[in-house]
Order: sequence, then structure tokens, then C-alpha cells
Amino acid sequence: MSAPDDLLSAPAEHLLVAIRDILAEKSIVSSAEIADRIAITEAASPAQGGRIVARAWVDRAFRQRLLDDGTRAVEELGVVMRGAPPLGVVENSGSVHHLVVCTLCSCYPRAVLGYPPFWFKSASYRARAVRDPRGLLAEWGTSVPDNVKLRVVDSTADYRWMVLPQRPAGTEGWDEERLASIVTAGDMIGVTVPKIK
Amino acid sequence: MTAFAPGDNVLVRDDWPETGGAVHIRTPHYVRGMQGEIRAYLGRFPNPEDLAFARPAPELELYHVAFPLQAIWPEGRGDDEILIEIYETWLARP
Repeated sequence: MSAPDDLLSAPAEHLLVAIRDILAEKSIVSSAEIADRIAITEAASPAQGGRIVARAWVDRAFRQRLLDDGTRAVEELGVVMRGAPPLGVVENSGSVHHLVVCTLCSCYPRAVLGYPPFWFKSASYRARAVRDPRGLLAEWGTSVPDNVKLRVVDSTADYRWMVLPQRPAGTEGWDEERLASIVTAGDMIGVTVPKIK
Repeated sequence: MTAFAPGDNVLVRDDWPETGGAVHIRTPHYVRGMQGEIRAYLGRFPNPEDLAFARPAPELELYHVAFPLQAIWPEGRGDDEILIEIYETWLARP
């Protein structure tokens, strides 16, 4: 370890550097590979998710491919999914609204949406999303009518889940870029729905 | 050959391995012993209960299983439901 002490004041930093050095020394993973992976994660963002949603709104065939096999469909748009868990996409409609949570930890489709919002990892979101989802949605200002089924998706295992929200009324004739601009991370988790700004 | 197909009713094992020592489990406590319905087959994945301890991890069948929210929580309403990924080793016929 040759980094200056002031950069390594926190024990966690020491641990990180030590693990990186050991991985490189044992030829398990090189620092170039780690840098690649960081670059892929940082390229992912809610904006990238917004582009995927917008494409699905304007292209019926793409929408179907996205619902059938999320991983393959987003690769068509240049999203790097190599090494990432499979992506599942659940579609909101007039009869069902999806809400994604990971009660056991913080599973999130990072390859597509980037880092999760801080609240997604909080104990209160994780507990309430699964127990009182309608109460939680009301606090987000999202009302799901009684005749719409609410389906909570608890992301417990190998998949990462993303919501394909409904295209809001009043966006007829919009191009993909404009459509993508109204889609937020919350819309793709299911706590909110896209709104025209 | 998978043991279950979409539409099958299944029972989640009412098993609490965490009471016997260190384990890694991907089946949430709130569905243990509950009855659900298979919605989809999701593929085969190495058993995370072994992966977490760096043991050889045989591949297991993974399913999407739906449970009525009302049957699990007092706050559950109408036909709201919860959809969870569960490995075949945790499922049985009711």
C-alpha cells in the first residue's frame, strides 16, 4: 500500500485497498477490470432507464422483447449486461401497478439504473413496501385506484426487477428523447408514475 | 424437468434454519409456511445458501411465486399480492 495516510484515514478505505491489492496479487481480478466495472456502473443511470422506457412506449415489438427477456432487449440499446444479474421487467397497466423492493438487502437493477436511491436501502422502505404498500404509495403522492391490483415484487434472488410504467396521457406525438426526460428512478421502482412537467 | 408449473399451488417450507446457526437464506421469513401460486419459471441458479459460504453450489430451479397480501399482513387489501423469487428446495405441494 503506497497511498498517502490522509486518503486512508477510514478503516474501510484501508480494507478496500488491501482487498484490491490481494485480488491483483492473486490474479483474481486486475485493477483494469475493477476500473472497467466502475465505469460500467457509473454509465448506468435513471436517464438510461428512461431511454429504455421511452423506446418501449414507441416500439411495440421492442416492448415485447423487453418483457420477454429484459437483459437481451436492453443490450440492443447498448447497455452492458455482461456479468450483471438477469434483468426482469414488469409492466404497469390499467389493471395492475408494480412496486419493487428488496426486503432482504438492496438488490437493484444497477446495470440499467445505476446506484439505488438512498431510501431504497432503508429499513423503513423495505419493511413498509411489503407490508403496507398502499400507505407507502400515498405518502409518495401516488394513488392506485381500488380496482387496480397492487403487486409488490420482492427482489429476493438472482433477478433484478425494473418497472415499465404506463405512458401518461398528453404525450401523444412526443419523440423518444422527450418521453425519456419525464421518466424518473421512482417511476421504474414503482413508487411514482411518470408525470408531464 | 421442473417440479412445478405456472398455476400450481405451492407451500413454502415452514423451516427456520437460522435458529440452528449461521446461514444465508433468500426466502423471506414472512412467507414461510404460506401458500402461494407459481407464476413463472425463472431458470436455474447456483444455490446462494452455499455460495455465501464458498461451498460447491448446485444449481436450483427458481420460480416466481405470488402470495395474496391479505393472507400475510393485516394491512393487505383486495386482491393485492406479493411476487417473490423462491428456489425449488423451499417449495412443496400443499
